[in-house]
Amino acid sequence: MKITPEEVRYVAKLARLSLSEAEVEKTTLQLDGILSYVEKLGELDTTSIQPTTHALDVRNAFREDETRKSLSQQEALANGPLQNGEAFVVPRVI
Amino acid sequence: MELHALTIHALQDLLAKGEISSLALTRSVLDRIDGVEPKVNAYITLDRNGALAQAEAADEQRKRGEGGSLCGIPLSIKDVLCTKGLRTTAGSKILEPFIPPYDATVVEKLRAEGAVILGKVSMDEFAMGSANENCAYGVPKNPWNLAHVCGGSSGGSAASVAADECIASLGSDTGGSIRQPASHCGIVGIKPTYGRVSRFGLLAYASSLDQVGPLTKDVHDAAIMLNAISGYDPRDSTSVNQEVPDYTAALTPDCKGLTVGIPKEYFGAGLDPEVEQAVRKGITLLQEAGAKTVEISLPHTEYGVAAYYIIAPAEASSNLARYDGVKYGFRDHDQHELLEMYRHSRSKGFGEEVKRRIIIGTYALSSGYYDAYYKKASQVRTLIVGDYAKAFAQCDLLVSPVTPAPAWKIGAKIDDPLSVYLSDILTICTNLAGLPGMSVPCGISSSGLPIGLQIQATHFGEEKIFRAAYALEQRLDLAGKKPMIAGS
Repeated sequence: MKITPEEVRYVAKLARLSLSEAEVEKTTLQLDGILSYVEKLGELDTTSIQPTTHALDVRNAFREDETRKSLSQQEALANGPLQNGEAFVVPRVI
Repeated sequence: MELHALTIHALQDLLAKGEISSLALTRSVLDRIDGVEPKVNAYITLDRNGALAQAEAADEQRKRGEGGSLCGIPLSIKDVLCTKGLRTTAGSKILEPFIPPYDATVVEKLRAEGAVILGKVSMDEFAMGSANENCAYGVPKNPWNLAHVCGGSSGGSAASVAADECIASLGSDTGGSIRQPASHCGIVGIKPTYGRVSRFGLLAYASSLDQVGPLTKDVHDAAIMLNAISGYDPRDSTSVNQEVPDYTAALTPDCKGLTVGIPKEYFGAGLDPEVEQAVRKGITLLQEAGAKTVEISLPHTEYGVAAYYIIAPAEASSNLARYDGVKYGFRDHDQHELLEMYRHSRSKGFGEEVKRRIIIGTYALSSGYYDAYYKKASQVRTLIVGDYAKAFAQCDLLVSPVTPAPAWKIGAKIDDPLSVYLSDILTICTNLAGLPGMSVPCGISSSGLPIGLQIQATHFGEEKIFRAAYALEQRLDLAGKKPMIAGS
């Protein structure tokens, strides 16, 4: 096995997901199949190959640091599932 | 022919001559939607009143002698592009109530040209899928055969165009999500060069691969739409500041002087014989139109799917971290502890495939696995880019099938995600290299399902793609071949 149920539970926790035991079992099997397929990449010697993270040779895009029109507080809050007109409300953290 | 069945360029003429109004056209399309939508299920949100109001405004504009290239033309938009004031779900339950406070740049550009936006069309959740079967709002059906998938992830875009439920549509393509459904639904779809079109307001899946593009009834319409949406956008720092040509000027009747490469790896084992036959016939027609052909090798093609299914989920796991039940979308209000609120909101809001890709991506980026998976896949990406560089030293275009087989039956692969991933093998490398690629119809299988032909070019080589696609379209006897939707 490429991946164990324990690893799936751990990764789900990192990803802020909560999986049922049945989902852990199914996901482990499916991920094992996918990761076994991905092993194929190991057939290639890439020792001296630079990784590509961007397909075009573009450089940092800079702009003047000027204030510009942005969303109003009301517009920014409008989609919040729980908000009090000034801020998004979340469960107490401390 | 009914107005809803016409192309943008045909309608532009009728509208310009005053023979029809945009209001009459928009009503024709809405009537068509009423007739076939119960069978096709292409739309997630239909903005009937908004569309009629936009049509009236377009008619007023035209009377004043104003209005752009799409003045009064009714379009559908993939539900992954933000539309101000119009719900945008990305096909996900987690965004069910989301009303964007702004338009995506491409939507702004369409509005500036006078387009009428009919509504938002179906897609695989967050654009993750190849059959549009991963959607929280039901599965759209292939208009050519309602028992078959319409392809994905821009399935609603392709189905709505093929079923004449809009005149044209916008989709997005991360590993084939415009070209593949276009191929399965017998229409034209182009994924532009990475950076040609702004991604501002496109809900991100894999940012280094995503690109917006049109799905249309013919090649001419694709050129009109690409003219409208292309160009540099300071709000997308990866968009490229390069002049936009008039793509309609590339629609010439021949392809003299073009060398077409035939990549042998795209014709390997597993290719449906009818698909191969239709594509080979297309290549012959391109030769008759004056193109030279040369066999090409892209030796790392077979590694594309493996590299993609590490890179794309890795980027997705980061991009989708923003859906946490705080700023927008679904929240599990029963959870009173912050971490549990995040976990339950995400777990109940995301569908199975999205969770699967978030977990693959998180795993591939996690400590101890980064080098073995993400770095390795990014190095293989370099090899794929290198294959193309060598190929385009010998030819202008690459012509191949789009998919190994016509559209499969709904449900046939639902429990086997890997087999679905493997169906992307012919489209995925284009995105890894940031190249433009088009699917153009080239035949219909014996079971009555469309077959597409893929044309890829080097960065910013869209004009050459349009030349070859137009020459091919002129020589194929597919004009007027439309799906017959039972009972419509």
